[in-house]
Amino acid sequence: MTTTPAIVVENLHFAYNDDAVFTGAHLAVHEGDFAGVVGPNGGGKTTLLKLLLGLLQPQQGVIRVLGQEPGAARQAIGYMPQSVDLDPAFPITVRDVVMTGCLSQHRWFGRYTAANRAAAIDALRDVKLAELADRSFANLSGGQRRRVLIARALVAKPRLLLLDEPTANLDPGVEQSFYEMLKRLNERLTVVVVSHDLSFVSEYVRSAICVNRNVVVHPTGELPPEMIGSLMGARQRIVRHDHIDSSTGDDEEGCCQ
Amino acid sequence: MTFLADVAQYPFLQYALLTGLLASVACGIVGTYVVTRRITYLAGGIAHSVLGGLGVARYLQKVHGWEWFHPYLGALIAGLLAALIIGVISLRAKQREDTAIGALWALGMAVGILFIARTPGYDQDLMSYLFGNILMVSPRELWLIAALDVLVVAVGLGFYNHFIAIIFDREFARLRGVPVDFFYLLLLCLTAVTVVLLVSVVGIILVIALLTLPVAIAGAFTRTLAQTMALATVTSMALTTGGLAVSYGPDLPAGATIIVLAGVTYLLVVALQARRRAPSVTN
Repeated sequence: MTTTPAIVVENLHFAYNDDAVFTGAHLAVHEGDFAGVVGPNGGGKTTLLKLLLGLLQPQQGVIRVLGQEPGAARQAIGYMPQSVDLDPAFPITVRDVVMTGCLSQHRWFGRYTAANRAAAIDALRDVKLAELADRSFANLSGGQRRRVLIARALVAKPRLLLLDEPTANLDPGVEQSFYEMLKRLNERLTVVVVSHDLSFVSEYVRSAICVNRNVVVHPTGELPPEMIGSLMGARQRIVRHDHIDSSTGDDEEGCCQ
Repeated sequence: MTFLADVAQYPFLQYALLTGLLASVACGIVGTYVVTRRITYLAGGIAHSVLGGLGVARYLQKVHGWEWFHPYLGALIAGLLAALIIGVISLRAKQREDTAIGALWALGMAVGILFIARTPGYDQDLMSYLFGNILMVSPRELWLIAALDVLVVAVGLGFYNHFIAIIFDREFARLRGVPVDFFYLLLLCLTAVTVVLLVSVVGIILVIALLTLPVAIAGAFTRTLAQTMALATVTSMALTTGGLAVSYGPDLPAGATIIVLAGVTYLLVVALQARRRAPSVTN
């Protein structure tokens, strides 16, 4: 594990119109890290991802991804969006979904190359779905679809993997094997996972980035045992509040203390 | 079979047949994009605004003697203009997209009707624009249709991978460096050209049915976009040819016959699918 920062955020200010999300946030993720971005809904997790991808521009502050401006670093980022936005009935094979990840190196007018096809199979092997390459994407299970989207993110050989809620609505067993797969991928690239659910994140991530409006805390390197304890404790508190009454932002901010 | 005998004998029937077959190719390819991108309503707006171009061109031809300004040319200009206006509005202001489409839809038709009303012999023109006149296609028009067809097929298939990427996941394609907005506008322009091709077959009012029904029928049996395109093209060819043949003997309007045939086929396919799925539903 090197100490080159994969992501650096300094004094970040961002607001949607008058609605401030970040006012002076700081963040550092080292290359080779496995980071979990956690926090309540509406806390700014997806906004942070969009800023890192250059889809949104900060009003103030510095963002560097792999040493570059966010927009310039895109080619080296493997991004997996929330899959709820995709049309589940779209007629397309698994291989073709993965190959859309090749488009940047793709010739302007024409077909995919043999190298693209080979890269797609390699990426599917990484997520253990190579045998389903010619199956219809629409006929896969929810967990398999997420794996295909990971393969699509991997096919262009990124150095950084950004995943937005990859395990939402998955069965716990499927979720666990999903994180095992990410752990394997983390042996060769930096992984940043956004999740509203701490339960599995805390078992696998090496650092937790807590995003709740203005708060971006960054315990780097190995999580100390008391940090894991507080993460788990926070999760239990959130669960309990969900059962009793609607939880407030103050309680959930507890995960970031 | 008077139809088969007459096809061999009369050039106008051969032109009609060829028009249907050529338009079917563009229809199968672009229709598949339109249906999977879910922009049928947008395509409807483009189709109806084409009447404005048809009307203006016909008026200039008849009243001002601009013989070169063929109504198809006017339709093409109006269709492309409508595609770009609707496209830019839908990219900029997502909330009011349907209002803008509806406005352009009606505006185009109103302009067309005003100009056609000022053109001598407008009754026949208006009916043929609205409901098609495949039996009236001239050799010159057939050449224009063939040229537009080649253009649509070349662009539609040439950028197949890019179109798939922007339709399946627009944001991801943008992050991979694909010029998403450019390809979206290109797709709308292809739709406009295809609409003009289909207007000669079934007319403005029925265009949307021919653009979407063969795709819906084909989609029930296919797994990829390429398969859907191929089967939709064949289906469209069968429907236009079949409709032409059925309508010819009793002298029915060909466009309406084609659409009725397409609609009935579609309903049969839907019923067949529902029956196939029924046992798993009751379990």
